[in-house]
Formats: sequence, structure tokens, C-alpha cells
Amino acid sequence: MAKKIYVDVILHHSKEGRIKPLAIVWANGVKYAIDKVTQITKAASTVAGGTGIRYTCYIQGQPRYLYLEEDRWFIESHKGG
Amino acid sequence: MERVIFHCDLNNFYASVECLHHPQYRNVPMAVGGDVEKRHGIILAKNMLAKKAGVTTGEALWQAMQKCPNLTIVKPNFSLYLRFSRLVREIYADYTDRIESFGIDEVWMDVTESAKLFGDPVELADTIRQRIKDEVGITASIGVSFNKVFAKLGSDYKKPDATTVITPQNMEHIVFPLPVEDLLYVGRATTQKMHLMGIYTIGDCARTDVGLLKRRLGQWGEYLWRFANGLDNSPVLVHQQEPPVKSIGNSTTCPRDLANLQDVKIVAFVLAESVAARLKEAHLMGSVISVGVRDIHLHGYTRQIKLQQATNLSDEIAKTAMELFESNIDFSTPLRSIGIKVSDLQVDGGPQQLTLFRDPHAQERALALETAIEKIRDKYGFTSVQRLVMKEDPLLSSFNPKHDHVIFPESYFKG
Repeated sequence: MAKKIYVDVILHHSKEGRIKPLAIVWANGVKYAIDKVTQITKAASTVAGGTGIRYTCYIQGQPRYLYLEEDRWFIESHKGG
Repeated sequence: MERVIFHCDLNNFYASVECLHHPQYRNVPMAVGGDVEKRHGIILAKNMLAKKAGVTTGEALWQAMQKCPNLTIVKPNFSLYLRFSRLVREIYADYTDRIESFGIDEVWMDVTESAKLFGDPVELADTIRQRIKDEVGITASIGVSFNKVFAKLGSDYKKPDATTVITPQNMEHIVFPLPVEDLLYVGRATTQKMHLMGIYTIGDCARTDVGLLKRRLGQWGEYLWRFANGLDNSPVLVHQQEPPVKSIGNSTTCPRDLANLQDVKIVAFVLAESVAARLKEAHLMGSVISVGVRDIHLHGYTRQIKLQQATNLSDEIAKTAMELFESNIDFSTPLRSIGIKVSDLQVDGGPQQLTLFRDPHAQERALALETAIEKIRDKYGFTSVQRLVMKEDPLLSSFNPKHDHVIFPESYFKG
């Protein structure tokens, strides 16, 4: 089953007030660059258990959901990563 | 023109939020309720599996455990529920500004003007339900009707995750067969009286002579008759941004006049303890402390001060209030009544700005102590634990503002 994992995120915060995640930093310190964000929408994650603003991110060619839950970020993790 | 009123009810609200956040609760019977370790408290909400096992909202935890021995009981997390309530309200606010809360998980919305912008009313209700499911992750049932009372019946009619439409054309078919106690404001006493009159369904009530209902039930008889016939025309109130409670306070007219600071101190501590206990019960804390005084000629004034940090501790409230009293009262005339109020409220348990000048550990210990004292008082009476200052004049301190305080139910006819 998928798990809810809170992660460190490196952001670009524009002068217009927009937030764009640039990279996810995994617990072991490994940084994963986000190539592009294709969709930003309010959404609930029923698999991980949480609600927030969902960023559809492409990391190494694969789509991943990254959620902003109030002031923390989490991802839906499958089998630990 | 006929109105279009929605009543939206978030299904098993507390339990649904917990199930979303904790996937392990989804496939077991689960309920949100009071204190499990202490083995007391009541069921506040339950999931569908617990409901199937016969668990009902409001029953004692031990009763629920008898019906369903493998029931998982979770402590309520009110700040989480408030967040979800706010997220859902943001969705409602996309469609109308006429949103009236009825508790944390129910609202009425008047979409008479806006429904046509979004298709027809049923389409709009379905859109709202879908958005709540997708964006917030819980389900709602929505009643669509031409008045508030029937809209509420509609949201109860089919759960979870459903839309029910009640029109003047189908009301006899849908509403009239329902038991009369389903009608808003028909409680146990009224139900009994109705049964004695041979009224068992809402249809019975609607067809009874209104004069007879008025003679038996007073003014309410006519209201209920109007409700049953779909003639309720009370408006949906306009969306309010503020939380329902803005302040918590107590004041008292003293058994004897207050002549000096020591007298004030005795009463102030009783009041502060009551205010602090009520704040904790409501899961709130506040950062503005106000005091009010009134002398024997009924002249009065109020003074207030803002704290650096919100509090719900009786000690801090009492000491701050005493500072205000000390710097403002001159006792040229004796005082008849004083009051203490805490405002600028926030939900407790949220993040807190720490300051250099207050020890957070001391604060935690004080909170634990006060909570323990309040539990003892709940069990053994208000006078079972008292501050020494209250013993100085038992007459002055011999009131219990928290329990003597009457809380009036929210009126349906406000505004």
C-alpha cells in the first residue's frame, strides 16, 4: 500500500507570488530534479491519506504527484520510493 | 419566484476525515470519541462499518464497545476538522455568498440566483459533491429544495454521497411518509405530544388543523405546521467570515459590594477559572484580556490588554485581569459587578510563536495541572478543589459561573 512521505522541497518563489517546486530532497539526501510541472490543482490523495494542492511533476521522465498540505509537502510513496 | 436552497451535510464528518488521513482505519469499524484510556466519553462520529455494527452517535464508549468489541476508537483532532470544514466552505463559496453554517459539517446555501449559471440545480449539487470528493477527499449528501427545512430533510434522505431533490410536486411522496421527529426542531417532548394527538408522520402534521396544533403546542405548533407544509420562508443568512465564537467571558454581580483589591481578587479568580475552563472545552485560546467593572451606581467601563501569546490558563488570565483592575479601579465608590473576557480567539493545538520571556515547559505543566483540576471538579463538584484566596471570603467566591451559566441554543430565526 502507498505511504504518505513528507519530503524537503526546493522551491522557486516568484515575485508575482507563484510557487514552483524545483527538486525533491529524499531523506538520504539524494536530490531529484523536477523536470516540469504539468498540472496544479486542489486534490485529495486517497492512497496516501491527505489533502492539499497537487502538483503533477515529471521526475526522470515519470509523472509523480507532489502535494502541498498547508505548509508541508508530501508524496505518495510506493514500496518506500 | 421559487427559491433554490441546498443543504449540504458532510457524511460522518470526523470519521471520514480520520479515515482519509489514516488508510488503516478504512477497512475496520472505527469511531471518533472521547478519552479511550480513561474509558469515558461518547461517540462523536463513526464510519460505515461501525454504523453497520449498530454504533450510534452520542452513545457512551462502553456501550459502543459492547455492540462492536473490535471497534477502533480515535481521539478527536478538532484543528484538523476545522481545516477540512474550511476547505469545503471554499468550494461552496465558488457558487454563492449566501452560506449559513449549522455546526461544523452542515450548511445551507441559497443558490436561487447562481444555479442557472452552472446548469440546473441538480447538476450544480452533483458538481459540488464531486468537487468535495476530488479536492477534499470526503463525501457529502445534498438536499435540494425550495425551503431550508425540506433541504435538510433531503440531505438526510439518502446518504452517503447523494443528491435528493424535494419539489412541491414530489413532497407528498417523499416528505409526508417520514416520521414527524425527522422534522427540524421536533425533539423528544414534542414527538410525544404529537403521538398523543395521533400525529406520526410529517404528512399527519401537515394535514392537522393548524388551530389545534397551536392550542396544544403553542406558537411552535404553527411553525411546525408551516414546516411540514413546505411553507418555511426563513432566509439563508449571508456568509460570515468570522468564527462563530468571538469571545468567551463571564461576569457576575457579587453577593456583597467590593470595597478593595482583595475583594476583587477573590471574584476575579473564580471568573478567570471559569473562562479558562470554557476556553479549554471549546479548544480555543485567546490573546486579548478585557475586564469590565460596574459600581453601585451602575456606572461602568471596560479595559483591555493584548498579550504576546494566546492563553487558556486561568493563572495568566487572572493575573492579567488583576493588573488591569489594579491600574484602573480607585474604589471611591464600591463595585457591584466585575467581568473578565478573553477574545482574539484561535484554535488551540495550532503552531505557537514562542517568546524568550516565557518558559514553554512551565506553561505545559500549568496546563496539565489546570486540566487535572477541572477533571476533579467535573467529577466531585466545583468546590472540591479551590484556591486559597477563595477561602478568604466564602460568600464572595460561592458561585460557579461555568455551571450556572446558561448557554442559549442557536436560534433558527436569527437575522
